[in-house]
Amino acid sequence: MMRSSDRSDLSQPNAASRTDRAELQSILPTPASLELAGVAFAYPDGHQALFGVDLRIERGERVALLGPNGAGKTTLVLHLNGILHAGAGVVTVAGLTVPPKSKDAKDAAAVREIRRRVGVVFQDPDDQLFMPTVREDVAFGPANMGVVGDELDQRVRTALERVDMLAFADRPPHHLSYGQRRRVAVAAVLAMEPEILVLDEPSSNLDPASRRELADVLRSLDITMLMVTHDLPYAMELCPRSVILSGGVIVADDDTRTMLCNEELMGRNRLELPYGFDPQNLPAPVVRGIA
Amino acid sequence: MGGSHGHGADQGERLYVHGHSVVHRLPAHVKTVALLAFVFTVVATPTEQFWAFGVYALLLIAVVAVARIPVRTVTTRMLVEIPFVFFAVLMPILGPDPRVDVLGVGLSQPGLLAAWGIMAKGTLGVVGSITLAATTPARDLLLGLERLRVPDLFVQIAGFMLRYSHVVTAEMERMRIARESRGFHATGPRQWKVLAQSAGALFIRSYERGERVHLAMLSRGYTGTMPNLGTAVAVRRDWVVAATLPAAALVACLLAWTVSS
Repeated sequence: MMRSSDRSDLSQPNAASRTDRAELQSILPTPASLELAGVAFAYPDGHQALFGVDLRIERGERVALLGPNGAGKTTLVLHLNGILHAGAGVVTVAGLTVPPKSKDAKDAAAVREIRRRVGVVFQDPDDQLFMPTVREDVAFGPANMGVVGDELDQRVRTALERVDMLAFADRPPHHLSYGQRRRVAVAAVLAMEPEILVLDEPSSNLDPASRRELADVLRSLDITMLMVTHDLPYAMELCPRSVILSGGVIVADDDTRTMLCNEELMGRNRLELPYGFDPQNLPAPVVRGIA
Repeated sequence: MGGSHGHGADQGERLYVHGHSVVHRLPAHVKTVALLAFVFTVVATPTEQFWAFGVYALLLIAVVAVARIPVRTVTTRMLVEIPFVFFAVLMPILGPDPRVDVLGVGLSQPGLLAAWGIMAKGTLGVVGSITLAATTPARDLLLGLERLRVPDLFVQIAGFMLRYSHVVTAEMERMRIARESRGFHATGPRQWKVLAQSAGALFIRSYERGERVHLAMLSRGYTGTMPNLGTAVAVRRDWVVAATLPAAALVACLLAWTVSS
């Protein structure tokens, strides 16, 4: 694993020296938003997708998970909220460990809580939006958590406001544009008030305007974020830190600009910058203060 | 799925005819119960009491008129009955003796009566359902079923069918366009193999989508039951209004039984 010394994974992208960070950590005793230790997984057919993934994401960070097709990115995402269970290793979300697969009632409660804490936005919004109206879809998650009445209405309203889709609350999802549907999918997850937002290829299939609108929405959210993508300009725009998953392990972990400028590393992992894109001439992305 | 979300693109909304009649305003579950009661009454009527079916038909026509559903809409939608009509047509030909002579053809008398029964009862049921579907948005129908304690799983399956019918048809349409863009034209049985393969591919895709939807549901805390997000409440007046149709039908049915015995 590669780790550069000047990586800054907290709120101040460049200023925070190691001592500042240590101080900040001591003031904030909260555990990391997400921590993976040695996570390995093989599908029932014997195909092994993950070979010991280690990753730690602090509260308030925005991290891009880069990797070529078939690197195990989606498999990894399904581990984060306990849908797939690691054959080895541990996944911890804000101090709560994803329990092993079991029928135990206590574990079931833990899995529910994990799924509340980790909000996964899937790649195809049609997979995620299945209720007859936008409002009901956004209410689905919190209602499953037992939220009812006025509080539920308020949650739905707030979540839709955050993605600028409140005006569409009573429309059926399939009457929205693709970009709007993706924003509703984000709202549906935000309504669960997650600890960390996990986005699977958020920019795929979006036209440039929808892409920018989604970026504006994501940038405005005060939340820890893990963005799975191979859209490198999008990672550069939104995430100060990036990691590369390749062959089922994290092979690099660095600030996004440094990583994108490392041609040799990028080429080795089948990651290519689009024609004419030069990360050196761009300002580094900034994360706002921790909530 | 871009470009395919036009007006009334999905089945549920295509069946609904917008309006503000008494029939439209009744809560979905009340209408559903009324329709069921009506259909049971019709089915329970002795087949040979022809006049009773005339009364039922008049009652339904009155409801359609009150709901202001265009006659054309009703007649066009009645075409769904055609496969059953074919079945009914066979009965007088294949039915048992005694035979009667109709236009020089010897037809089975019990067969004729049975065919009439299927046709009359079936048509009344179909028109009743068309009326319900035309005056109730599909979504409300589902909520109504939920309220009537129809097993959750059935309601969920129907709901997903409604939501994804348009996604799947759009996918089918894209596959058709892609086929034809490569010079394919279905002209006869020779092309059936390709069509069958497309259907297979569509099935696999839909199946995989089903799995992805399920994962997305699990991710948001789904545990097997849909959260109840509130339904329309019926007052006594609604029940009374809705009961008019089955009550009138019941009177005719009882009369028919009295006459026939």
